[in-house]
Amino acid sequence: MKGNEAVAEAAIRAGVDGYFGYPITPQTEIIEYLFEANPAETTGMVVLQAESEVAAINMVYGGAGCGKKVMTSSSSPGISLKQEGISYIAGAELPCLIVNVVRGGPGLGTIQPAQSDYFQSTKGGGHGDYHLIVLAPASVQEMADFVGLSFELAFKYRNPVMMLSDGAIGQMMEKVYLSPHVERSKTVPEWATSGKPKSRQRNIITSLDLDSNRQELFNRKLLAKYDEIREKEVRFEEFQCEDAEYILVAYGTSARVCQKSVQLAREQGIKAGLLRPITLFPFPTKRINELAGKVKGMLSVEMSSGQMVEDVMLAVNGKVPVYHFGRMGGIVTTPEEVVENLKLQGSKKLLNRKTWFIRRQM
Amino acid sequence: MTKNILSYCPGCGHGTAHRILAEIIEEEGLQSEAIGVSPVGCSVFLYYYLDIDWQEAAHGRAPAVATAIKRLNPDKFVFTYQGDGDLAAIGTAETIHACNRGENILIIFINNGIYGMTGGQMAPTTLPGMKSSTSPYGRDVKSMGNPLKITDIVASLPGSYYVTRQSVHTAANVKKTKKAIRKATQYQKLNKGTCLVEIVSNCPSGWKMTPVQSNKWMEENMFPYYPLGDLKVPEE
Repeated sequence: MKGNEAVAEAAIRAGVDGYFGYPITPQTEIIEYLFEANPAETTGMVVLQAESEVAAINMVYGGAGCGKKVMTSSSSPGISLKQEGISYIAGAELPCLIVNVVRGGPGLGTIQPAQSDYFQSTKGGGHGDYHLIVLAPASVQEMADFVGLSFELAFKYRNPVMMLSDGAIGQMMEKVYLSPHVERSKTVPEWATSGKPKSRQRNIITSLDLDSNRQELFNRKLLAKYDEIREKEVRFEEFQCEDAEYILVAYGTSARVCQKSVQLAREQGIKAGLLRPITLFPFPTKRINELAGKVKGMLSVEMSSGQMVEDVMLAVNGKVPVYHFGRMGGIVTTPEEVVENLKLQGSKKLLNRKTWFIRRQM
Repeated sequence: MTKNILSYCPGCGHGTAHRILAEIIEEEGLQSEAIGVSPVGCSVFLYYYLDIDWQEAAHGRAPAVATAIKRLNPDKFVFTYQGDGDLAAIGTAETIHACNRGENILIIFINNGIYGMTGGQMAPTTLPGMKSSTSPYGRDVKSMGNPLKITDIVASLPGSYYVTRQSVHTAANVKKTKKAIRKATQYQKLNKGTCLVEIVSNCPSGWKMTPVQSNKWMEENMFPYYPLGDLKVPEE
């Protein structure tokens, strides 16, 4: 099935209570699949087409505030519209899943796949100091598997989780093993607004505190949470890194391409390896720093003008040169051009001199 | 009501409206059922005052928040409490569409024709010629548009079930408003659709008047434009 369909089916099977969405290419199959499957009749899951992405994310706020497993999905321009709500959700410490099937931008951009929402996803996105937990699937299987994982992490940390996919993985068809059905939870966490019984204080879901001292304390609490997430939840995968002299760092669709690039490079006598971050926040900073001590250079391959490369550079911390290679505008990089770029970077005859120059100045 | 001290200016209608809501929740035994959604505006701290579960929504989004709460908790009593800037400007889409879907929620709409919280700016409901900090020479309808009668729009939607416009500036009006809110709670129990109770109210600070003057001004200027009474009543 398609990646988008896998998300929808996995949501029903994960016992999700509510989905609130608005159509946008290339992820509309998610809401279409849900209406077709009609889980209202089986699991009782609520599926609602909202009047806008803004309304949809605020419905997620309302549902999450009731302690329910709720989610939304969209693609880049729609995700921009949701940022206000996402900031409120982070500020109110509510668990939820937001799926972004990324397309090229800025603006209306293109409906073809891209990875240009990395900054927006990993650095906050809306106003205020906050982070989402960001999972980057590289297959249809992972799009399905990460639904359950997202809710597990979201409820564990009371934090919104974003699944950062792209138009290629959302639209591609692959074999997928689906998890068995989990029943919808009959209970809600103690902090949820569920109607105040006599036995407890009233629960208030808010992100507002006009007292600066208390607000700063809250900011510190969030920071401590993010530090704990950085400590415990880093996920990544390595491919032929053991003896590598050059390491490609890539996630999602680019990681699939780079796996082939590693093979091609090795056939040409270049010892290449691939590190695929699975969590983009938290980023595998420590591991990249360790590997930097053993290699000659790293190449961040992204379908963007160079976003993740900044985190790779911070992780490498000057140990070895870090380069970026990326196609934009909805173009998926080919394995051959990655290898070609790697060779050029190595010999300093740069294909993309301007990008390299900017990076070196940083 | 909790023991927290109300943050409203003297003579403001919010306090009375809160009291009515609190009385209804108590009299109808709704404390353990109620989930309120407070807005951005003067009543942003509404959750300090009523001893029930609350969610504080982003500006204008209360009807969307309430939609999900009610859909996921059909047995609870779900309501929003919103001002005119929140409901009729930034939240117009959420208001219209929640009502159009006939979400089974109660919307309490306080209309005082001004943005009170931010210090008296022009609202979508500000009367023609009325002065505010962003219409210092009076609202010029040619460039600033006419006041929006959003309650009339809501009444025209098939999804709305009971739509009424009331006030809380006299004992008699308090009684009528209370009756309207009580009806709305009963309709929600019966899954009838969206109920909207508009309360035309004053803003002595924003209007730069004494409470007594503001009530008089409201009667003379607001009521002719926003006439009190039912806009949509169920066919019994």
